[in-house]
Amino acid sequence: MKRSSPRTWGRAHVLAVENLVTHYGPVEALKGITLHVNKGEIVTLIGANGAGKSTTLRTISGLVRPTRGTITYEGHDLTALPPDRIVALGIAHVPEGRRVFPHMSVMENLELGAYTRTDKRAIQEDLDRVFTLFPRLAERRWQLAGTMSGGEQQMLAIGRALMARPRLLLLDEPSMGLAPIIVESIFSVIQDINRQGTTILLVEQNANLALSVAHKGYVLETGRVVLSDTAERLRENEAVRRAYLGA
Amino acid sequence: MERGAHLFGQQLINGLVTGSTYALIALGYTMVYGVLQLINFAHGEIYMVGAFTGLLLVTQANLPFPLALLLAMAITALLGVTIEFIAYRPLRRSSRLSVLISAIGMSIFVQNVALWVWGPQTRRFLPPFPVHTFTVAGLRTNTLELLTLFVALVMMLGLHLLVTRTKLGKAMRAVAQDRETAALMGINVNRTIAFTFAIGSSLAAAAGVMVGMLFNAVVPNMGVMPGLKGFVAAVLGGIGSIPGAMVGGLVLGMAEVLGVALLSSQWRDAIAFAILILVLLYRPSGLLGRRTQEKV
Ligand SMILES: Nc1ncnc2c1ncn2[C@@H]1O[C@H](COP(=O)(O)OP(=O)(O)OP(=O)(O)O)[C@@H](O)[C@H]1O
Ligand SMILES: [Mg+2]
Repeated sequence: MKRSSPRTWGRAHVLAVENLVTHYGPVEALKGITLHVNKGEIVTLIGANGAGKSTTLRTISGLVRPTRGTITYEGHDLTALPPDRIVALGIAHVPEGRRVFPHMSVMENLELGAYTRTDKRAIQEDLDRVFTLFPRLAERRWQLAGTMSGGEQQMLAIGRALMARPRLLLLDEPSMGLAPIIVESIFSVIQDINRQGTTILLVEQNANLALSVAHKGYVLETGRVVLSDTAERLRENEAVRRAYLGA
Repeated sequence: MERGAHLFGQQLINGLVTGSTYALIALGYTMVYGVLQLINFAHGEIYMVGAFTGLLLVTQANLPFPLALLLAMAITALLGVTIEFIAYRPLRRSSRLSVLISAIGMSIFVQNVALWVWGPQTRRFLPPFPVHTFTVAGLRTNTLELLTLFVALVMMLGLHLLVTRTKLGKAMRAVAQDRETAALMGINVNRTIAFTFAIGSSLAAAAGVMVGMLFNAVVPNMGVMPGLKGFVAAVLGGIGSIPGAMVGGLVLGMAEVLGVALLSSQWRDAIAFAILILVLLYRPSGLLGRRTQEKV
């Protein structure tokens, strides 16, 4: 069932995850995940609750250590690196539930996103870029993040990640708990970000939405990849339609 | 009436001086609590080691006082970092009870090492500068008291600037609000926690040096009571809140001297613990603490 998508054939992997196994104590959350992300793509991981989507992202960004397997990013072995080193290599992670710093202003949150950087001018450029992508954040720059609406917090979490000027962006359920109209605008920004050159690994429960913006998709079930294909083919796949697209 | 007001004013000065040293101690508790949600029960011992270090630097090494103070703070900061590394870091994922036991063990250990090294006798700590007594608006004070206030003020101002303006300060606040997400920002969490211990310990050392001179006494068990008082001040201000620790220290210092003036000096220590109990019962978030515990 596995095959490379024709549109990315022959391009180097930005991220290669091979046979990744991750435990939480005795619980085996990932049971050998292999996935590849090519430069410039949006790749999505879909699957039911508890499938291991967040754990995959958390293992890539170093929040949890894998038991086995390897993660390679632009030729670097990430497997034993701590999260702060991984961010510095150009991977930013927008965690599930947004996790903005509630008692800090929008500005302070964005500044923390650029924590590993020292290039003042480029940071200012990125701040302008974030405010262009999310004009709402510019209006609210002095508001405490914890007092913002869910949609605004999601914008802030994404904006904060962009402040690291990542080449690979990990997004964990950006649509969670948001009204359809907000979800639509956030997903359109995600596509903009991708068009501007950032590779994206997108975790979603809303498979329909995810497959409509992604180039490629992986279907996870209880810690395993059960299906991977181009987004287009996954959308037409009978099993996927029945299980995840409500058809 | 006149005499009453005068007495009150005099007590106010005493309360301010004592309170400012409580505030310096309370800051260490509150900052460490902020990043680790743990009460560093060895903090009183850190204060004691700070006092001894200052004393030795002044009397044995004959350093000028400002240099001795800064060096004592730096050396004590190293002790704080070492304690974090030995007693707390290995237990980062353990239960709160294990951490608490480790904290108490560390406190006993440091006190006993101090007893072994420096002996049980009280040492005199005469200020290495002339102490003048003077009267302002009918109230008596002296250079040492004013210096204590000045040192505390400068440290608190410096801490405020550090926490609000510097990258390290932002990292400390980020770690306090959400450790995992702080790591995702590229913050080295372990290093940030170590810095927090260093800063808190150096403030305690400054308090120890000043109190050592105010009482003209330095002794291995001198950290026990001020350690508890600093803890009470931190809880009173709202544990985890830096402005809270400053306010809590001053309020506790005032409450103590006023209580002593109204009742008798035997009540001094009881007052602190009565305040602790009242705060825990009626306002556990303290004067300036956040009402709702943030979700982490
Ligand atoms: N901190 C943890 N401790 C123990 N088990 C955990 C922890 N986090 C996740 N798990 C377990 O690991 C498995 C995978 O969880 P994960 O959060 O990766 O799923 P998910 O696909 O992101 O689900 P959801 O769509 O609900 O977010 C689940 O069985 C979950 O119970
Ligand atoms: Mg998840």
